[in-house]
Amino acid sequence: MAANRTIGKTNALGLTREDYKGGKSTLCPGCGHDSISNQIISVAYDVGLKQENVIKLSGIGCSSKTPAYFLGRSHAFNAIHGRMPSVATGATLANHDLVAIGVSGDGDSGSIGFGQFKHLIRRNVPMVYIIENNGVYGLTKGQFSATADAGQVLKYYGRNELPPIDLALEAIIGGATFVARSFSGHAEQVRSLLKAALAHRGTAVIDIISPCVTFNNTPTSSKSYDYGKAHEIALHEIELIPEGFVPEREEINIQDYEEGQIIEVEMHDGSYIRLKKVGPDHDPRSRVRAMELLEKAGVEQLFLTGLLYYEEPRPTLGETLNLTDTPLAHLPEHKLRPSKEALDKLMQGLM
Amino acid sequence: MGVIDMPAESQLQETGKPIVNDFAFMVATKNGSGSQTSNMALVRALFKMGIPVNGKNLFPSNIKGLPTWYTIRVSKDGYTARRATTEIVIAFNESTAAEDIAGLPSGGVCILPQEWNWGHTREDITYYEVPVKDTVKAFDIPTERREQVSNMVYVGAVARLFDIPLELTRKALMDQFGGKEKPVTMNYQVIEAAYNWAAENLVKSDPFHFAPMDKTKGKIIITGNEAAALGALFGGVMVVAWYPITPSTSLVDAIIENRHLRTDPDTGKDTVAIIQAEDEIAAAGTIVGAGWAGARAMTATSGPGLSLMAEFAGLAYFAEIPIVIWDVTRMGPSTGLPTRTSQGDILFAYFIGHGDTRQICLLPGSVEECFEFGWRAFDLAEQFQTPVIVLSDLDLGMNNWMAEPFTYPNQPLNRGKVLDKAALEKFIAEKGEWYRYRDYDKDGVGYRTLPGTDHPRAAYFTRGTGHDDRAVYSERSDDWVENMARLHRKFETTRHHVPAPVVDYDAARKVGIISYGSNDPAVCEARDRLAAEGIETNYLRLRALPLSPEVRDFVMNHERVYVIENNFDGQLCQVLRIEVPEDTTHMRSLALGDGLPMTPKWIYENVKRYEDK
Repeated sequence: MAANRTIGKTNALGLTREDYKGGKSTLCPGCGHDSISNQIISVAYDVGLKQENVIKLSGIGCSSKTPAYFLGRSHAFNAIHGRMPSVATGATLANHDLVAIGVSGDGDSGSIGFGQFKHLIRRNVPMVYIIENNGVYGLTKGQFSATADAGQVLKYYGRNELPPIDLALEAIIGGATFVARSFSGHAEQVRSLLKAALAHRGTAVIDIISPCVTFNNTPTSSKSYDYGKAHEIALHEIELIPEGFVPEREEINIQDYEEGQIIEVEMHDGSYIRLKKVGPDHDPRSRVRAMELLEKAGVEQLFLTGLLYYEEPRPTLGETLNLTDTPLAHLPEHKLRPSKEALDKLMQGLM
Repeated sequence: MGVIDMPAESQLQETGKPIVNDFAFMVATKNGSGSQTSNMALVRALFKMGIPVNGKNLFPSNIKGLPTWYTIRVSKDGYTARRATTEIVIAFNESTAAEDIAGLPSGGVCILPQEWNWGHTREDITYYEVPVKDTVKAFDIPTERREQVSNMVYVGAVARLFDIPLELTRKALMDQFGGKEKPVTMNYQVIEAAYNWAAENLVKSDPFHFAPMDKTKGKIIITGNEAAALGALFGGVMVVAWYPITPSTSLVDAIIENRHLRTDPDTGKDTVAIIQAEDEIAAAGTIVGAGWAGARAMTATSGPGLSLMAEFAGLAYFAEIPIVIWDVTRMGPSTGLPTRTSQGDILFAYFIGHGDTRQICLLPGSVEECFEFGWRAFDLAEQFQTPVIVLSDLDLGMNNWMAEPFTYPNQPLNRGKVLDKAALEKFIAEKGEWYRYRDYDKDGVGYRTLPGTDHPRAAYFTRGTGHDDRAVYSERSDDWVENMARLHRKFETTRHHVPAPVVDYDAARKVGIISYGSNDPAVCEARDRLAAEGIETNYLRLRALPLSPEVRDFVMNHERVYVIENNFDGQLCQVLRIEVPEDTTHMRSLALGDGLPMTPKWIYENVKRYEDK
């Protein structure tokens, strides 16, 4: 939803879209990341997200600066390079009521923090994990990242001889239960995926190709605007249907569903993601097919976007650990310090 | 008379009188042979006899096969420090037996397996040979248990030769196996058989005896790591993230083992999350995230892990996030001696983090303090919104110590300056504002809100980059300097709140000793010995960094000061020279750092060497 259409309007919480903004961006004009920040603002406004209950987490890099530019009423933590996943792990364990939105980049998640990225997914830390992927290091002025195209040439660093890491594929292999790819030039899809990701209980990874206008926007780069606009193949039209939105649901044509034209997946909170086929056949409920699709896309240089993989989420980390329903950070002292009798009993046992 | 380590030797040769409750023995076995069970059975049995006892494990970095030694010292006077020499050796590792026997003092005792047919190479010691294989063969013991159970033969022989009531060895096993009848019986039958065999076949011809005392009544026996774990659980720890590393692993193991203390009886759910991270960086990141979001969070690690945590430690210092790091120190640099003790991380821990960083360090000197600092560390971390690093070591952490039963925390949890919704409203109503890093109380400590606080002005931006007192990104020099000055002010405030040193001071004494941590028993014993020879010393046992104000006075109030520590470079002495502004040429570093627990002998000899000059 474009900003100018919402001026003066308020959402379910009585807030304007303006109330969901952050500080002024200091990124280069035209940066793909700013577009993503704008979509986060729009989605948060649209769904009436309570900002006070949101935490924004990031590492280091251009992408990691962006939490300062959206949801100004949310606590934020700009951590160290590549280590946002562990900070998110701790924060969500301390308080599982928080809605965690992580913003990372291809250097952050694909190189220095690759291990943390994979382990966060393995643990199913409940959060939306956005990768703003531009194939290049911006803040240090234009080195290749691990997602750069093989054979690509950059001004100072020459030719990249190494194959790229596909972070969406890595997320699927790692056990993520919601994996999507998008393009920052495709605002509507970014918004749809963000809405669906926010409804997901578990790690939801969205790898968003987000062009770096300064260092990696030549049309030959697969991470450029021109390339993205010319080559993006969206798999589905994506729509999140809120819980209890019955009339709409009745319109679904079962025949279409069986033919694979419309796929619906039920979310944990009772809402649905409805996928209407617009591109190549793909059922995101199959892990093997999702991996096949990405392998094929890699070989054939296809820029496929949309929900790549979805499965019923495993228990989150906190659930696996059998933690109290009350967030740990809210427990009163008498739940945290065992009694004197308990200590005396222990001491008796040691005598 | 020789040095304090060897009182028995001369007595024995000169008088032949019985030596009661004042000697040490060493058990030499192979690592992984299960000798920890038999050694602990002896320690517990002696403890139950009421004799002050201390056991130390000197083990290799190895799963199975390399030599390992366990020393047990009994001391009627209550000394618990390690002694360099032992009067009795239980030589159960053939590959080290020659060396083990050669190390015995004249008049010493060697117990070894009969089936070795070991020649009696020394005339001046007593040999007792016991049939290990034959004793064990008499019982139906599963093959995989046989090696471990074989060690019970020396328990039986020791019990008979030096007078430990058999029933106490059985009770010790009951403790060891948590009252499980089957393993107790399997082991006890071997102890009993060895005891009876010794009674019939060995002629006692040495002067060493255990005799019942009442000096352990009401005391407990526990390792420092277990004590620390209990302290953390009673301190309300909510998130533990760790990566296994010797010698800190048993600390987290003990948290896991005692997790039931923190299972909410109303819901059956846990109030503590324990995460085995993928590495120490992730462990540190997890507790930083948890501390930020309002949980009491800790990790336990050792040198190499602490190195990996350095970047997060700096972030937590600068972003002002409470976390607790236990560094159960082992010998470095690098991988170093992974199973040997050290106090070599104190300088690194104190300054950990690049740029101008200083961290609160706690220095427990006993298992009681491991428990106390286990909970107190969280109070300090939250009160000052900063990391607290607790520097234990392998000796304190992994060995069993006698102790007074732990004292229940004498103050409620101190959660520090946290503004919840109501408090924030009140704060803003009174002051017209709230900014995260503004120094409202002039103690350097700001007020924080936790994520999730339901107030439109509660949020702030946490970052490791430059920021002003509103938590807004800033590269301005004045903002930077102002923030650093406030952090400095905060650190100065902590000097008055960290555990004060324990000081034994008499103005008439001219010599001062400063030490810390697990050196305490050795220092105490050496001071007694020095005093017996007319060298009266005062003693300051440091319990935290930054230095409390009285440390400077202690340094300056003596003609000579010895700083005793178990590292090579004299690291605490360096801190003292940095922080005591006066000329400290009268202060001498006595630093050992050989991987072993400090001995009274070494301290005595070195202080005396300089005092005699």
